[in-house]
Amino acid sequence: MSALQAHMPALQVIVPMLSAPLVLLLKERRLCWAATTLTSLCSFAIAVALCMGVLAGGESYYLMGSWPDPYGIELGVDAFSVLLLLVVNGASTLVLMGAFGSLNQDIEGHRQPLFYSAWLLAVAGLNGILVTADAFNIFVFMEISALASYVLVSAGPNRRALPAVFKYLIMGTIGATFYLIGIGLIYLMTGTLNLADMEIRIHLVADQKPILVAAGFITIGLALKAAVFPLHVWLPNAYTYAPNMVTVFLAACATKVSLYILLRFDFFVFQPNLAGHDLQFAYFLMPLSLLAVLVASTVAMFEPNLKRMLAWSSVAQIGYITLGASLVSLAGITAGLLHMFNHALAKAALFLALACLGMSVRHLRLENIAGIARQMPWTMAAFVLAGLSLIGVPGTAGFISKWYLISAVFESGPWGVALAGVIVISSLMAVVYIWRVVEVAYFGSLETGSTTGATIAEAPLPLLLATWTAVALNFYFGFAASLPVELSTRAARILLGHIP
Amino acid sequence: MALLELYHYWAFAVLLMIGFYAVIAKLNLIKKLIGLSLFQAAVFLLYISMGKVEGGTAPIFMDGVDEQLYSNPLPQVLILTAIVVGISTLALGLGIVVRIKEEYGSIEENEIQEIDQR
Repeated sequence: MSALQAHMPALQVIVPMLSAPLVLLLKERRLCWAATTLTSLCSFAIAVALCMGVLAGGESYYLMGSWPDPYGIELGVDAFSVLLLLVVNGASTLVLMGAFGSLNQDIEGHRQPLFYSAWLLAVAGLNGILVTADAFNIFVFMEISALASYVLVSAGPNRRALPAVFKYLIMGTIGATFYLIGIGLIYLMTGTLNLADMEIRIHLVADQKPILVAAGFITIGLALKAAVFPLHVWLPNAYTYAPNMVTVFLAACATKVSLYILLRFDFFVFQPNLAGHDLQFAYFLMPLSLLAVLVASTVAMFEPNLKRMLAWSSVAQIGYITLGASLVSLAGITAGLLHMFNHALAKAALFLALACLGMSVRHLRLENIAGIARQMPWTMAAFVLAGLSLIGVPGTAGFISKWYLISAVFESGPWGVALAGVIVISSLMAVVYIWRVVEVAYFGSLETGSTTGATIAEAPLPLLLATWTAVALNFYFGFAASLPVELSTRAARILLGHIP
Repeated sequence: MALLELYHYWAFAVLLMIGFYAVIAKLNLIKKLIGLSLFQAAVFLLYISMGKVEGGTAPIFMDGVDEQLYSNPLPQVLILTAIVVGISTLALGLGIVVRIKEEYGSIEENEIQEIDQR
């Protein structure tokens, strides 16, 4: 067992990556689905094992091919990577378990093996980003996961998915190329790609200007990938027109993994080396986060398309995460990281509920779901409960991270009250946009709604089970928050380790 | 003269901006992808030019040759990977453009938007 344990960081990537072509060979779509789900489950088990390792003894490192440390590619798993490994693999597994019916509806039969293969590649890419400690390796995995997610999004049933995914591809590639330029400049000055080694060697560089430029390129490039506010334009359409289950998966993890790289670079590599970097970072990110929270929530309040409404809400929630990070304090970063975890739970549950609705309603618009709570009581109940978590009602996971965020904001200084005001206002906006759906679904009359009222029935059991599992997790982590809090606090300590 | 000595950086910056301009300003989706390729190719040049050591030769060890100056092979290896990534992106992008042409009958961004708004 211990021999296997040592190889866990590598297996986390290798298992889904090697299974991807094997799934392609299976051809029979139910088999493909079963194999993909099983692989994802294995991957989740590995993530749990890594998590227990981190909780018990701390970080685990792995030298690929036993090449010594700054020369070969090093994998490193610490509390920060484990937090997101749990999110990525947990979301993938949960979504896949309920996904068969919904995906079968959205995707033609002969394309399904290809689709599942792309899904596993996306998981492998995201895991790769999280376990590796090598800057160029991050780029490669970033592109693997990005290319796979373009394929996943383009499988959407509406033809509008195609222009949406084209935009996503262009902006994603620009973001990744900016990152590549940044890495190139750092390599030029330091001659290393290993993150820890980079951090040490940047000290020795006499002329810091190229490093500053590199920091700019990397921050902007990753902000583009993470849909930080003014760079979010690819996100609403990509989420709206992707197959419902893909939206759940991407909304839960794709942007968060980009934020992971962004924070790791800015705090771990640049912070100890660039004079005044924390202030520049805070001044750059804080106004954007506030704008994201306010503007995106406002747009969500007026959006009739349900998936796009939640996509805009995701832009706002990314704003909370970056707001926490921009406080550059232990409490702030802990709150931001905690919100990564909790928002993934809430948004996954909400999008899963929408996927349930999508089984009966072709176009998920407000006017098409009037009175639907009578036919689909379980689905709508799940939507309401997950909505409470998104809003941040006490007892839910969403409340925990908002509580941490508000306390961190109050600690941050004289502007704290104004920042807390923004958080409260945007939470009220979330009440408005969730309530609009609830009002129409519960109190709307069927006559004005969809004409196919007779065919509406409760979603299939596996999908409903997945949705309710996600809802249950929202409440579980609302009461027993110790695991994500512990991981986030440790991760924040690692990130801030260099600030005196 | 110092500016001219860094001519490879100028080539990188100019190519990068030409590519970026095409991505942003062109409405034709194929032209956008051409711009994207140029944008990436510029970064490849940045990497490859940084690996060159003046007077250095190909990094191949040979018996009996000890005091030899070698160019840095690592940036070239990295960029080999990045070229593969670039080609995959371009191929996928062109594939999406073909699908867009099939569905919309156009590859001009403004026409596609008009069709969608109808």
